[in-house]
Amino acid sequence: MVQILEKQQPTSPIIQLNEQSTVMESKGFNLWYGEHHALKDINLAMNENEVTAIIGPSGCGKSTYIKALNRMVELVPIVRTNGEVNYRGRNIFEKGYEVEELRTKVGMVFQKPNPFPKSIYDNIAYGPRIHGIKNKKILDEIVEKSLCGAAIWDEVKDRLNQNAYGLSGGQQQRICIARCLAIEPDVILMDEPTSALDPISTLKVEELVQEMKENYSIVIVTHNMQQAARISDKTAFFLNGEVIEFDQTDTIFSTPSDQRTEDYISGRFG
Amino acid sequence: MVRERFEHDLITVQQDLMELCDKSVDALELSFKAFLNKDIDLALTVIDMDSQINHLEEAINDRVILLLAKQQPVATDLRRLIVVIKAASDMERVGDYAVNIAKDTIRIGKDPFVTSIEPIEEMFHKTVSMLRHIIEAFIEENTVKAKEIAELDDQVDALYGSTISHLMKLNVSNEHVAQITNLSFICRYVERCADHATNIAEHLFYLVKGKHYELNN
Repeated sequence: MVQILEKQQPTSPIIQLNEQSTVMESKGFNLWYGEHHALKDINLAMNENEVTAIIGPSGCGKSTYIKALNRMVELVPIVRTNGEVNYRGRNIFEKGYEVEELRTKVGMVFQKPNPFPKSIYDNIAYGPRIHGIKNKKILDEIVEKSLCGAAIWDEVKDRLNQNAYGLSGGQQQRICIARCLAIEPDVILMDEPTSALDPISTLKVEELVQEMKENYSIVIVTHNMQQAARISDKTAFFLNGEVIEFDQTDTIFSTPSDQRTEDYISGRFG
Repeated sequence: MVRERFEHDLITVQQDLMELCDKSVDALELSFKAFLNKDIDLALTVIDMDSQINHLEEAINDRVILLLAKQQPVATDLRRLIVVIKAASDMERVGDYAVNIAKDTIRIGKDPFVTSIEPIEEMFHKTVSMLRHIIEAFIEENTVKAKEIAELDDQVDALYGSTISHLMKLNVSNEHVAQITNLSFICRYVERCADHATNIAEHLFYLVKGKHYELNN
């Protein structure tokens, strides 16, 4: 008699979803650019100290979604939203929510490195100064801590007064990450942070993301599926403004439940 | 179609695996024919064939490693390639068992069999049927056929048990002990070939379902 026994898988000690608390969550979130319904009923929960990757083909809404998480999307005048995006349990789109307060807690790193045309030091000290920190000793500490946190301190500690434009692209991007860390955010949004970088710089940023998740929650939009597979804990696959699948990254890249996800990650469309 | 090159390479590596399967099962059939007919020349031919089988397995492994490195497949594509490597290893072992049977055939030489070899023949035919079935199932990614193969393995195991028991109980003179030992080994090799067919059936389940199954407990 044939017996088909599914082998018992050992329980992974790494993934313990229930012990993580949600830091950002969207519930029934919709977004329109004029008449175009760009995000449709998005329900996603991003956990503390995890890296959540958002993947999908061009125009699927992934960048729009990440820009909604710190309300940057509101800079587009024709944008309309409904539903909720909650940060620490509070809807960031509700009336009276201070966007400045939100962006202090939810920092962002962009696709192209965009340092200010200032010294390395002033790039990092910029945010803390805006928040009223004038004490040179405290600023020095923040600059060093932030640059260490972005794994670039050793490369720039002897030239803090030089213009940040003189650094390589990979270094500039890590300066931007350090600038983001200087205001002590809770969540870091990364919109294709390595797409303009060479492979070595890309790997450095990827290593950095892995280190940073010990202290921050990270949401990363990436076109590079191998990058999502390498560095994220969970992955959401977006298509035509919808979340097709959201699961553990290990599951998404081994046994996705939706054929469209499988086709996308296997490079069969997109 | 995106990734046309990858699709093409995938088909090529699967065709190589089919070629390996055919060569290994052919070698097994020839070795058993040599055993039945006490054909020493044919047994030697089987031994010579093994290097081709080994090279084919190595070529498959190299091709798969290149595909993994260059195409970085995921999900089903990744499992498909991993399963090809594992199945190639199983089929290469079948080739090795064909060599072992050929060597025992040479050891038995022209001496008459001391007992009926019909049960061994029956085992052998079931095993070859399993191996041929698994090739078909692999091409079609057909788990229903894989289950049928597992059923046959139970029958092969039962025949192996009863045949070995019979051989051990034979009351033969000292000069025939060596042949009994050789026949027992041949039984064992045939039974192991059936196990490899079952292994491949399990790999096929893993490919299709993404989970590990034991088809024969």
